[in-house]
Amino acid sequence: MFEVLENQTLAPSLHRLTVRAPLVAAARQPGQFVIVRKDEQGERIPLTIADADAGAGTIRLIVQAIGPSTQDIVATPAGGALRDVVGPLGKPTHLQKWGKVACVGGGVGTAVLYPLAKALAQRGNELYVIIGARSAPYVILADELAEFSKQVYVITEDGSLGRKGLVTAVLADMLSGTLPRPDAVFAVGPVPMMAAVAEQTRPHNIPTMVSLNPIMIDGTGMCGGCRVKIGGQTKFACVDGPEFDAHQVDFKGLANRLKMYQPRQDCRIGLGKEGR
Amino acid sequence: MANKLTPKDRLAIERVHMPEQDSSQRAANFSEVNLGLAEAAAIREAQRCLQCKNRKCVEGCPVRVDIPEFIAKVAQGDFAGAAEILQRRNVLPAVCGRVCPQETQCELVCVRGLKGSPVAIGHLERFVADWAMTHQNGQIIAPAAATGFKVAVVGAGPGGLTCAGELARLGHQVTVFEALHDPGGVLRYGIPEFRLPKRIVDYEVGNLVKLGVNIQCNVVVGKTITLEQIRRQFDACFVANGAGLPVFLKISGEDYNGVYSANEFLTRVNLMAAWKEGPGRTPIIRGRNVVVIGGGNVAMDAVRTARRLGAQHAMIFYRRTEAEMPARVEEIKHAKQEGVEFHLLESPLEIFGSDDGWVSGMKFQRMQLGEPDASGRRRPVPIPGSEHTVECDVVVVAVGAQANPLLTGSAPDLEVNKWGYIEVGPDGATSIPGIYAGGDIVRGSATVILAMGDGKTAAEAIDGYLRKLRDKG
Ligand SMILES: Cc1cc2nc3c(=O)[nH]c(=O)nc-3n(C[C@H](O)[C@H](O)[C@H](O)COP(=O)(O)OP(=O)(O)OC[C@H]3O[C@@H](n4cnc5c(N)ncnc54)[C@H](O)[C@@H]3O)c2cc1C
Ligand code: SF4
Ligand code: FES
Repeated sequence: MFEVLENQTLAPSLHRLTVRAPLVAAARQPGQFVIVRKDEQGERIPLTIADADAGAGTIRLIVQAIGPSTQDIVATPAGGALRDVVGPLGKPTHLQKWGKVACVGGGVGTAVLYPLAKALAQRGNELYVIIGARSAPYVILADELAEFSKQVYVITEDGSLGRKGLVTAVLADMLSGTLPRPDAVFAVGPVPMMAAVAEQTRPHNIPTMVSLNPIMIDGTGMCGGCRVKIGGQTKFACVDGPEFDAHQVDFKGLANRLKMYQPRQDCRIGLGKEGR
Repeated sequence: MANKLTPKDRLAIERVHMPEQDSSQRAANFSEVNLGLAEAAAIREAQRCLQCKNRKCVEGCPVRVDIPEFIAKVAQGDFAGAAEILQRRNVLPAVCGRVCPQETQCELVCVRGLKGSPVAIGHLERFVADWAMTHQNGQIIAPAAATGFKVAVVGAGPGGLTCAGELARLGHQVTVFEALHDPGGVLRYGIPEFRLPKRIVDYEVGNLVKLGVNIQCNVVVGKTITLEQIRRQFDACFVANGAGLPVFLKISGEDYNGVYSANEFLTRVNLMAAWKEGPGRTPIIRGRNVVVIGGGNVAMDAVRTARRLGAQHAMIFYRRTEAEMPARVEEIKHAKQEGVEFHLLESPLEIFGSDDGWVSGMKFQRMQLGEPDASGRRRPVPIPGSEHTVECDVVVVAVGAQANPLLTGSAPDLEVNKWGYIEVGPDGATSIPGIYAGGDIVRGSATVILAMGDGKTAAEAIDGYLRKLRDKG
C-alpha cells in the first residue's frame, strides 16, 4: 500500500496527489512515470512523476479523472492509500543545454511537461512556456512554471484567460521571430496538438521532443501493447520512451491505437454478455 | 491392502481418466477444466505403480520428486505421508500437478508405459497437493535455524519462488522482488484460470510467506532498484526474471486495433481479470472470429481464452502439422473438444485493416513439409499460388518470446549471450560472483518445472557459496 499524504484539486477533475513511495522517489529522474492501481479491481494507469522529494520519500502525481479507474485514484483522500505504485518507468528525459527552449503544454499535458521543464531550466536553458487549455479553469501550473521560466504564455480556446486560440498560434509567433525563436521544442498534450507542433517545427529543423501516452499495461516491455512507430520502426513507449523525436513519430497510428477501447457502435469491447 | 497386490493385479488395473468439466459447458466459462481425482480413484491409480527399484520416473523429473515413495503412500491411503514426501522435493506441487508436461518427463519413462499406459503421476501429484490444500494448514516442512544470511531473488515466477522456498528452508532470509503487482510470473499473467486457478497460485505463494519469504511486489529491478544495490544489500542473489519480451511477426498490419501479442492478450485476461465484468476493469476485445498464430502452450491458452470470451470461430493457424506442435497433448485435445478450429500448414503473410483502423482479415499461404531442418523437424515450404484470406476481428500473435533486456541492460557486468539470455555455469552461477540465474532468462522459453529445477540447483549452489563466505569470514 502506498499512502496518499495530500490531495489537492488543481482544476475541474484534475488533482495533485502526494504519495509516499520512497524507492520510486529515490530512483526517479525527470521524464519518468509510474503505473498506479487504486485497488484490486482497478486498471493499471500510467502517470508521469510530476515531482519527487527523495528525502521525504514522496512523489507527486497529477491525475485527470477520465474513466472509473482514474476517478477512483483522484477520489483517494489524504490518509487513504493506493494499492500499487510501480516505477520509475521509462527513459529519463535527455537533458542538454539547448539555449532557448519552447515548452508547449496542452491540457493535462502541462502536468507531464512540468518536470521536464524544471529539469531543462536547471540545466541552464532559457524557457518559454506555452500553456494551452480549453478555458481559464483548466489552465494549470502557470505559477509553478513561472518560477523557473523566462516567460509563460497562456492561451485558451475561449479566450477566458490569456490569448484566445491554440498553442500553435504562440509557437508560430516564436518560429517567425515575432517572439524569441527557440533552439528546441518540447511538446506534451493531446495527439493532434503534438502532431501539429511537429509539423510546425519540421520545416525549421528545430529539434522537437514529444512525450507519448499510448495504452500501457505492465510498463516493462513485456506486453507490446504500448507499441508506436518511430521512424518506421516499432518501439515500446514504456521502455524506449515515453519521449521521442517528434519528427519521427507516426501520430496517426498512435491516435488510432488510443481509440482501441473507446466505445464503438458495434460494441466490440466486452462489457460482458452484450459484447460480441 | 495395497501390499497384498501382486504385480499381475497391478498390471490388470487400467489407467484412470481425469474427470473433466463438460466441453460444451466449459467453452463458455473460466472454471477449471480438470476436476481432479476422487480418493478411491487415486488409490486405485497408485496401485498401478510397480515400485521399481531403478526409479526411472524420478530420473525423468527435473526436481527429482520421490515418485514411487509418494505413490506408495497414496496406495496405502496415507495422503498426509504422501504430501510430506512430495513437498520435500517440490515447493509448488499443486502447480506442477496441473501444468507440467508429464508425458515428456516422468510418465515418458515410466516402466508401465513400455507396455500400455504409464502411471498417471501428474494426476496423483495434483491429487496429493489438493488433498494437502484442503486438509492441512499449508507448509509442513519447518525451516532450519536462521543463518543470518540475506538473499535476494529477482522475479516471483516458478524459478524465483522455488529458489526462495529452498533457501528459506535452509534458514536464509529471502526477499523476492517482483515487477508486477502480484507474484507468480507466468503462473499469474500467462496461464489461464481454467488451467491453473489463481487461488492455487495464491495458496502456494502463501506457503512460502509462511516459511518466512518476504515478497515485495511493484519493484522493477533495473528501474526501482539496481542489481548493484542488491549486491550491496544482500549476500547473494538469484535472477529469474523470465523471458518477457513479445515477438511479433513483422508483417504489415500488426498495429491495427484488435491485434495483440499473446502476452498482452493473456495479461489482460489473467493478471487483470478482464474476463470478469464490471466498470473500471481492464478491457479486452471480444472477437467473433479470432485468429491465433502459433502452436505452443501459449497459443493454446490464447485460443481457448478467446473461445471463452465468446468467439464463434476461435482458430489456430500454424506453419507445420499437429505432430510438430510444441503444445502439450492435453492442451491440444482440450482445445479441440472446446470447438477450436485447427488450420495447419498455414503461414501468415499480411494483416488487413478497415479504414477505421481495425483488423479485418489476414492473408495466409499454405505450406507443405519439406526436408528436415537443423532441429530435425521437417521444414515447411510454401506452396506457390496458395495465398488466401481469412476474415477475422481479433488476431493474437503467439510465436514465442525473447529475453527482456530491461534488467540485463542495466547491469553491464552480467554476461549475456547474443540473444540476450544470461550465461551461467551448471550450478547457475553468472559472471558476477554471488549472482545466480535460471529459468526462462537462461533457457529461453522453457517450462515451469525446468525453471523450478534451476531455482533448486541455484539454491543449493547459493547455500554452498554462503557457507564458504562464513568459513572465510
Ligand atoms: C501462456 C503460457 C503458458 C505456458 N504453459 C506452460 C505449461 O503448461 N507447462 C509448463 O511447464 N510451462 C508452461 N509455460 C512456460 C512457463 O510458464 C515458463 O517456462 C516459466 O514460467 C518460466 O519461469 P521463470 O521463473 O523463469 O519466469 P517467469 O514465470 O516468466 O517469471 C518471471 C517473473 O519475473 C518478473 N520480472 C521480470 N523482470 C523483472 C525485473 N526487472 N524486476 C523484478 N521482477 C521482474 C516478472 O514479472 C515475472 O513475474 C507457459 C508459458 C506461457 C507464457
Ligand atoms: S517408473 Fe512408473 S511404475 Fe516404476 S516406480 Fe515410477 S511411476 Fe511406478
Ligand atoms: S506497456 Fe507492456 S510493453 Fe509497454
